[in-house]
This record gives sequence, structure tokens and C-alpha cells, in this order.
Amino acid sequence: MDATPPHVRLANDIAAQFAHKPLDEAARQVAAHIRSFWEPRMRSALVAHLAAGGAGLDPVARRAAEELRSASVR
Amino acid sequence: MSLLKEPDHGTPAREGAATVELTVDGIPVAVPPGTSVMRAAKLAGVDIPKLCATDSLEAFGSCRLCLVQIDGARGTPASCTTPVAPGMVVHTQTDKLAKLRRGVMELYISDHPLDCLTCSANGDCELQDMAGVTGLREVRYGSGVDAGANHMDAPKDTSNPYFDFDASKCIVCSRCVRACDEIQGTLALTIEGRGFDSKVAAGAGVPFFESDCVSCGACVQACPTATLQEKSVVELGMPTRSVVTTCAYCGVGCSFKAELRGDELVRMVPYKDGGANEGHSCVKGRFAFGYATHPDRVLTPRVRESFTDPWREVSWEEAISFVARRLREIQAEHGTGSIGAITSSRTTNEEVYAVQKMVRAVFGNNNVDTCARVCHSPTGYGLKQTFGTSAGTQDFKSVAKADVILLIGANPTDAHPVFASRMKRRLRQGAKLIVVDPRRIDLVRSPHVEAAHHLALRPGTNVAVVNAMAHVVVTEGLVDREFVAERCEGFAEWEEFISRPEHSPEAVEDITGVPAEELRAAARLYATAGNAAIYYGLGVTEHSQGSTMVMGMANLAMATGNIGRDGVGVNPLRGQNNVQGSCDMGSFPHELPGYRHVAEDDVRGIYEELWGTPILPEPGLRIPNMFDAALDGSFRGLFVQGEDIAQSDPNTQHVHAALAALDLLVVQDLFENETAKFAHVLLPGTSFLEKDGTFTNAERRINRVRPVMAPRTGKHEWQIVCEIAQAMGYPMHYDSAARIMDEIALTTPTFAGVSFDLLDRVGSVQWPCHDEAPEGTPIMHVDGFVRGKGRFVETTYVPTRERSTRRFPLILTTGRILTQYNVGAQTRRTANVAWHPEDVLELHPHDAEERGISDGDMVVLSSRVGRTTLRAVLSDRMPVGVCYTTFHHPVTGANVVTTENSDWATNCPEYKVTAVQVALAPEQAAVREELTARPVPAAGE
Repeated sequence: MDATPPHVRLANDIAAQFAHKPLDEAARQVAAHIRSFWEPRMRSALVAHLAAGGAGLDPVARRAAEELRSASVR
Repeated sequence: MSLLKEPDHGTPAREGAATVELTVDGIPVAVPPGTSVMRAAKLAGVDIPKLCATDSLEAFGSCRLCLVQIDGARGTPASCTTPVAPGMVVHTQTDKLAKLRRGVMELYISDHPLDCLTCSANGDCELQDMAGVTGLREVRYGSGVDAGANHMDAPKDTSNPYFDFDASKCIVCSRCVRACDEIQGTLALTIEGRGFDSKVAAGAGVPFFESDCVSCGACVQACPTATLQEKSVVELGMPTRSVVTTCAYCGVGCSFKAELRGDELVRMVPYKDGGANEGHSCVKGRFAFGYATHPDRVLTPRVRESFTDPWREVSWEEAISFVARRLREIQAEHGTGSIGAITSSRTTNEEVYAVQKMVRAVFGNNNVDTCARVCHSPTGYGLKQTFGTSAGTQDFKSVAKADVILLIGANPTDAHPVFASRMKRRLRQGAKLIVVDPRRIDLVRSPHVEAAHHLALRPGTNVAVVNAMAHVVVTEGLVDREFVAERCEGFAEWEEFISRPEHSPEAVEDITGVPAEELRAAARLYATAGNAAIYYGLGVTEHSQGSTMVMGMANLAMATGNIGRDGVGVNPLRGQNNVQGSCDMGSFPHELPGYRHVAEDDVRGIYEELWGTPILPEPGLRIPNMFDAALDGSFRGLFVQGEDIAQSDPNTQHVHAALAALDLLVVQDLFENETAKFAHVLLPGTSFLEKDGTFTNAERRINRVRPVMAPRTGKHEWQIVCEIAQAMGYPMHYDSAARIMDEIALTTPTFAGVSFDLLDRVGSVQWPCHDEAPEGTPIMHVDGFVRGKGRFVETTYVPTRERSTRRFPLILTTGRILTQYNVGAQTRRTANVAWHPEDVLELHPHDAEERGISDGDMVVLSSRVGRTTLRAVLSDRMPVGVCYTTFHHPVTGANVVTTENSDWATNCPEYKVTAVQVALAPEQAAVREELTARPVPAAGE
């Protein structure tokens, strides 16, 4: 059984769909998707995972998590 | 309501303006060209006697009862086979005709038992009726056994669980044979022999049960005598009243007349005026309703402190009070977001609406999801992104205008049989078929139907295939430039994307397994054959790229201009009866009714004002998220309405662990299902025969579900939800289900014109239904897309992470079969188990041989998450390397092996791709070993 936390796995799945786009554009779209469809505690878990080092996050998902973090900070 | 007998016009209607004027018995009538004299007469109010004619079948002209006289014409032609002509003067009642008809009737009756008083069709027999209207008073040849050679001793075939075939009563009118051919399209029946020896036969001399008959009931419906008769009518007698209602099985949403004696349901008869089915049915809707009165039904609420305790039967008051108190206690301890609910596609729109309202207005969060999460949520996402709303574009009738049908990941002859019959009718008329499916489904080759192309792709490669088809369309100059320029946006970027060499059929051939030339030919056919229609099922959505694939199909349809008219479109075949409706009603955690995001202030404002409570602007938890949150301890209480998530959702161990972790699980269902094993409260649900409300089918058709009998539980499900809400301190009350629909109409623009009154008046409507479309919208996006311009979306093919490996070298895909439905809770409690008593594993003979498996062996099916044991069935309709099973039986528990993988956009589980291994079950291996070890007996021993 895959031990990857669900929020990491799901964020990576979304990121893979936008991987053909430039990194910033892809990250923006991934973050927008997560904002639209993820319940806040899942978003918090992703941001917390990022704060803890972000192990396992692919580059697009990581950048999207950073965008979500900065939005939540603001 | 008394027994509803629909008028029979004798022959089918013809399309066109009523331009042909004639008189029938002096009565003027105008009808479309091609109409039969018989139908014209009926429209003029004149009944012409008939036996072999019925308006669901083309004219046959064999019984010779419908003879008429026409001025200027020779003889007495059959009115059923004679088309009208301008100025025609028809006489239906003359002495000559009366004499001829009596003579015909004498011949029929001379070979028919005269047991009308004890016959099961007494009062519902067209032969009996015709004897009356022709004034038959004697049979000069004798009758019954006095009439010489006859068929009175012909055997009765009672092999089918639902109907009998009594050959002694057959008049060989061929209506049953023609119904099987023309309506159902199975061609299981035939007339065997010639002349006096002619008889109806199911296949080559086998009983009905062993034949190709699919028990759709079309033959029973067409039979004018007691020859083909429901066993329930034989046992109980003729019904005396009818209630028109809607089937509770698949997303076709067939209309039926529930025919009763008092409160006892005798039979379900398909309703001719039903917009979805127009008088046709399948074995489930027609016959498999016995579960509603099955002794397993739970009729009294049950409560227990722990799911390991025994149940305690309690009053409704105690159960509701318990639920309300525990939900509030959990919220007090763990927060507002610690509870939620799951709605069901088997319940009515009104019941679903009530639950999502309870969650949003009373629970104070958006933690509501629906079982569509695990089937068609990618449809919701994909069609909204591209077209602007989650809706199939066509009505079912539209398929009759299709020139080419692209069928992807759907097996309608099993899962949507009544629509499949429509589709097969069109294919027999010459429309071309392209099947995209790893399996050789029946439609690839069946009587009078053969697919032009079967793209037997590898599971999980849909997006690569649809992209390659689009690549062909774009690079071979097959784009409908005018449509695209006028109606769409984002084309230039998409064109550049899809034209890239990596999307060519040749480039993806090794990925998909589909020969490039075959794929190119299929794409050309789709783009050039005229009206091209896409129909798809869960073989599209239940993948990690399900949403991408839905958008890929939308791209293909837009690029070729196949949207916005009859015969084209992109059409999801919804799995359960009210998948469309449950999604429409705001069951998704990010959307309020009508697919409007919870973040939209103006939309929330509508409900906040009406409900008098704030609504959270943030999305709630989806079903898989609820399970994850249950395991991390942040989600503690769940209300499950009519859904068996413990059996139907993937990765059973994970689901069971999540359910076991809850502080409170409330299950509302007909039966103590698998989920209820983890429940603290079991609230009895109502069957569709007891419900009062509406279902919305896959073509957006809102149909009334009328109560055939009072709720056996004493309460409607929406009442229970209201009472829980009230017990939690929120004043939620409706006088009736009709008032809930009124609230839906008041708050949801696409339902603005819908009311029970309207539905009772016009039968059904397809949303959008509002001032601009007061009787609904059969075809969407006619003049423009819901979102304005249709949007092309780049659809990158991202392979699933589920890969076959040395340890798990096969790919498992799952589905359903004709006689069972979903988790089988209903159909397993009917005689349908005669056809499918257990789930089996289909695998290719080569894969079986490699593993030493023979047909019928018990095998262990294992994946990286679990294992189960089931029986192997060898079938070359499976490709090598792919195996298939169903999930109808909890004993097998097919979802023990399915994984956590899901669609990237919606979390819809990837049921269709699981890497597995199959091995002979240990007990089977032991038996085999013992048999092999036995000494071979010497000759003569």
C-alpha cells in the first residue's frame, strides 16, 4: 500500500495534468483547482507538509503549495 | 386510478406533416404520408379489428382481420399494410367485411382452448375482444378437441422465472418474434416450421431460460393472448389499477405502469408514453421488483452504542433523537466540520435536496457528497469545463438520427439495455458503430449489428486514443472550421497542442495497443459520416484521467461540429437511476443545486436568505477525503443515504477501517447492507414503489416517481431528514415532496419551470426548464453553449501510476452485467440470481492456460491491496493480459482488490485499472493435485 499522504498524492496527480505548461502557469492552475475543490483542512495539510519540507511533492505541486501558502498568509 | 389501457393505433406513427387527407367511414382525417389506413382510422376514431398488428411494431399483414374496402380499389386489402393516399375513401364496416372477419375468427377459435373463464388473460385478451367485435357466435369447424388436428396439447414452457410460454394458446401472430427483433433487437425468437406446424421457438428448440432471450418482456408485452404471460398474473390474477411511475434501476429512467390489485403489485408494464423508453423495458425494470417486499427489508429503526453491539429496535422518535444528539455532541467536541453526509443516486431529487440542505443549513458545512463521486463526477467536471454544465447533450431519441456512433467505455446491452435497443435499431438501419473498449462487448458483433471498428485499447489509455483521433481530424483537414470559429474558443492553442507528432496514432500505437491505421480509419469515419454521436460510460470516467477523457471527447465533438442538433452530441450513460438528479441537486461538496460553486456570493445569498442561515463559501470533503479524514480523526460522524459504500467503494480495507473509526455512522437503507455492519443507527428506507418525488435520467429528463403504496416504514425519507434537522434545532419542514420541488424551482434557474403539476400535465421535462423553455430542452447547446463559447482544453495523456508488474502482471477491469445492478442489494433479492448467482472472473484462455486454470475453477484474485476468491470463466472476448469481474455480490467483494488511485480532478476511483495476479485457489489446486495423483484405472476396472 502506498504510504504517501493523500494530500501529496492528490496534489501530484493534479500537477501531472499541467506538466506540459510552464512551471508558473502550471502551478497557478493547480493552485486554482485545489482552491476550488479541496476542503480547507486538506489545503492546510498540504501547506503544512510543505512547511515540513514537502517530501514527495513534484515541482509543480510544490510551487502550487507555495502559492496556496502565500495566499493563506495574506 | 383505474387500470390504464393505452390506445393502440395498430401501426407506428410516421414523421412529417399531416398532408394526406382521406375519409374513413365518412369521417375526414389527415395524416402524414406513409401512415397506414389502420392508424388513420384510429386517429379518426374508428377501431379496425386486428390481431397481428400493434403500434409498437411494423405492419405484418398476417391475421387478415383488419381487412377494409377502399373505393376504387380491388378486393379487401389489409388496413395495416396499406398506406393512405390522398382522397382515399375507406369503409371498415360492411357486410362483406363482417363475414370475412367472422370466418377468420372461426379458424382461430377452432384451434384455441375455450377456457376464457379460467384463462390468466381473461379480461386482457385481444383474441377474446376480437371474438366479441366480430360477432362470433359459432365455430362451424368445431372447437377445441372437436376441431380435428389442433395444438391444444402443446407444451407449456415455465423455465423463465418471470413469465410462462403456453404454446396451446398461441395464434402464431408473430408479434412476440417481431418484438424481439424490432424492439429489443436480440432476435432470440423465431417461427419454427411451416403451415400447421408453425410455432414460436426460443432459439434452436431450447427452453426460454436456456435461449438467447434476455427477458426484456417485449414479447410478453406484445402477445395478444395468454401465450406469453407474467407468472405473477397467472398466480394473482389481473390487476385492477395502474400508477404511472419511474424505474429505480439504471440511468435510462424508464416509465412504467405499476399495475396492482388493491395494494398488491401484480406487474410492472412499460409505459408507451414514457419519454425515455416509449414502451420498452429490460429484465430488471420489468420483472425484478420483488426486493421491495422482500423479508430482508428493515422496517423499524435500529440503534446501538457500538457497531460490535447487537441492534436494538427503537421508535422513530428515539432513533431521530439519538442521531441528532450524537451529531451535535461530535460537533461540540471536534468542530463543525467533523460530520457530513453522503447522498444516493437511488433516491429522489427531493430526498437528495433535503439531505444537502441539512448538511449546509444544519450541520453548517459543505461535507456532502454523492455516490456519483465514484462514477460520473468526471462528467460533471469535464463537461462543465468545456460546455458549461454537467449534462448529456441529447435526448435518447436523438440516436435515431445518428449516422455514426462512437461508443466508449460503455456496454449498454448490459448496463443500459433499453437505450441499447434504440441504438441497435439505428445500427440495423445502417448507422456505423465504433467501439472503444478493451473487451469485445456484445455490440462489437451481435445479430444484425457489427462494429465498423473495434479499438481494443489497453486499459487506462483512453486519453491517448481520443487525442490521436483528434490529431487525425486536425491534421487531415477534417475540422468543421465554421462551427469552431463561430461557437468555440481556445481552438488555436488546442490545434497546436493536438497536432504535435506525439499525439499521432502511430506515436501512441505502442501505448494504446490500437493499430494506427485502424484508429485513423475510425477517426475519419467519425469526422465525415454525417451526424456523429458519442456515448460513453464508466469505462471513461473511472480512470485516473477520467476528467481529461471527458474533455477530450468534448474537444473531438466540437472540432467536428457534432454538437447542438439531433443525432450528435456527447452523452454520458449514467449508471444509476438518479445520478443526474443527485448531482443536479447540489450533492457535490463544492456546488449548490444547479452546479453553482459555493464560493459564488450571489448564489449562496439565495439560499442564505431562504434558509436563514449562513453557508460556508469553502468546498467540503469528498467521499474519499471523508475516509481519509476519518482515519486521521478529524471526521467523526457520517449520515449515509441509500448507498452501500462498504461494498461499492474501492479499496475495501481502507473503507472499512475508515467506517470503523467513526464515532457515529447513520445508514438509511432498505436492507442491513455491508455499510450497516459498521453503523450505530440504521434508519429504514423506502423503495421506489413507496417514494413520492422525481428522478432525473441521463438525458436530463425529470420523471415523476409516484407512490404505488404507502411507505412501509411509516415515513418518507425526506421527512426523516427534516425531523433530524428539527431535532438538531433547525426548523426544516415541508408539507409534501411537491413543496420541496417548489423550493428547488425557486432557487435553481435550470429547474425554474418544474413542478409536480407540470410533470403530471406533460409527463416529463428535460432541464433546463424555465420561461424560455417551458416544456424543457431535449437538445442542449443548440444556438450557443451554456458557458457561451465551447472551450477547447488541452488534454495531456498522463498514464496511470497503476502498472502491471512481474508480481501483478494482469490488469483487472470491472463492470456490471444485465441481470444484476450495482452492489446487488436489490437484484440479489429477486429471481435474477438465476442468471447470475455469483461474480465470476473472465480471463483469456491463454492467461488461464499459463496459470493452469480451467473454466469454472475457483481462483484467487490478488492486487497490492487485497485478495479475493471467485470462479474463473474463460472467454476470448477478453484481450490477453486483461481480466474482468463484476461487484454485485458482497461475498466476492471485488473492491477488495481495487486501489486508492483516482481521477486527478474529482477523486473518482480508478476501478477500471488494477494490476492483479490470478492463481488457482488453494482448495482447487488441492483437488486438482489429488485427482492427478490418483492411479489411472486399468481398462475394465
